[in-house]
Amino acid sequence: MLEMLEPVINWITSTYIVWTLLKILVIVVPLITVVAFYTYFERKVIGSMQVRVGPNRVGPLGLIQPFADVFKLLLKEIILPTNANRFLFIIAPIISLAPAFAAWAVVPFNDFLVLADVDAGLIYVLALTSLGVYGVIIAGWASNSKYAFLGAMRAAAQTVSYEIAMGFALVGVLILAGSLNLREIVLAQQGGIFDWYWLPLFPLFVIYMISGLAETNRAPFDMAEGESEIVAGFHVEYSGSTFAVFFLAEYANMILISGLSAILFAGGWLSPFEGWPVLGDTWLAEGSIVWFLAKTVVFMFMFLWYRATWPRYRYDQIMRLGWKVLIPITLVWVMLAALMTVLGIVVKGS
Amino acid sequence: MMKRIIEYLRSLMLLELLAGMGLTMRHFFRPRITINYPEEKTPKSPRFRGLHALRRYPNGEERCIACKLCEAVCPALAITIESTQREDGSRRTTKYDIDLFKCIYCGYCEESCPVDSIVLTDFLEYHMETREEGILTKEKLLAIGDRFEDEIAENRNKDAAYR
Repeated sequence: MLEMLEPVINWITSTYIVWTLLKILVIVVPLITVVAFYTYFERKVIGSMQVRVGPNRVGPLGLIQPFADVFKLLLKEIILPTNANRFLFIIAPIISLAPAFAAWAVVPFNDFLVLADVDAGLIYVLALTSLGVYGVIIAGWASNSKYAFLGAMRAAAQTVSYEIAMGFALVGVLILAGSLNLREIVLAQQGGIFDWYWLPLFPLFVIYMISGLAETNRAPFDMAEGESEIVAGFHVEYSGSTFAVFFLAEYANMILISGLSAILFAGGWLSPFEGWPVLGDTWLAEGSIVWFLAKTVVFMFMFLWYRATWPRYRYDQIMRLGWKVLIPITLVWVMLAALMTVLGIVVKGS
Repeated sequence: MMKRIIEYLRSLMLLELLAGMGLTMRHFFRPRITINYPEEKTPKSPRFRGLHALRRYPNGEERCIACKLCEAVCPALAITIESTQREDGSRRTTKYDIDLFKCIYCGYCEESCPVDSIVLTDFLEYHMETREEGILTKEKLLAIGDRFEDEIAENRNKDAAYR
């Protein structure tokens, strides 16, 4: 039996495309599952913070709830509004979902588990996260609805403003690490929890989290949706599976931003107890994929925590915060980061 | 001027936002107040005014003597009574209808009844699938009374001391 399969296995392992496709599947399939359960997790966490129980009817502890939701949406009709641009209307949710998945190509899970170990990884990630907003803008325009259009305009203005702050926050990391390669950025943070970049770049870390919220259109920056003001913003006209894709895109983006926060500011797969003599060389002190996933989950939880706590910003407040507060702070701290490197206060890979 | 600078620096520390997050985190660990309704229920007062019932005496004789006080007192005009003289000479109802869609569950019928015949039970989980089912006839009311007689008597006993 195995001998018969051997040529097939050989062909698979020797063919670059097939091998890469398999690797993509290994990343994307768990990712979609996590996205599904993230929606459940969100409802449970926010429920707990409001002293209620959250979904608990479908399956044990309500665990089947995300699948019930997805199947309900898939079975529903996709309604095309009159005079909507059919092509753009359908393609918009795909445009917002695809970059959220594609960006995982350069995310290193540990020292060798990375799909594409490219040197311009940080730029690639920045480019793809900015691409997601085009889905929102196109959806708002193609819907031929005033609420959707207002949502799209808000999303455009917000993303343009916060992308700058986010970009500068990443410049700080870039200066300290001296590399655009995400794997090398993680390796430059070696040496335990106080050597990670959240400490020397603390303001940039906070600003990255804030602009990450704005990039993913999450509360308190969910202006593009703004249920109480513009109904549901850019996706008012969406129903059925197209709406489901938008929904998944939002959560996939949140997971991506959480993963990137873990890599850029919290040492990726490195262990927080690295070099602690007490722990010696147990698995706790060693870097592994477990640490990366744990850190990502912590940041994912933060997203839900923010949503449960803070009310939505007003539009002009968002603009003021982005341009007058975050960007000046990032500019100052980028300078300080450069000084820290030149004066040798933060040494790469110490 | 100095005050404004201090105020500005304080706002940069995001203290209010962190305080808010602390609050939600405290609530996160509180016991849930949700009551999982079909499995768990909140306690009901013995005075709870739910579905109507007509009671009987322990010997099986219906209490209602067709005095029509309930019909007269009903503010929503939900009760319709027709009566006749039975063979043994007593006055009895031939028709006793309560329109549940008109009824406001005020309990005046129960208060006015001289023989404690019409009562409001504490049963609240009922529904109807057609409009006709919203009219409770005499037979239905007596059946409800038979079904809940123990609870009705118990609740009247509990409340008796306060009346």
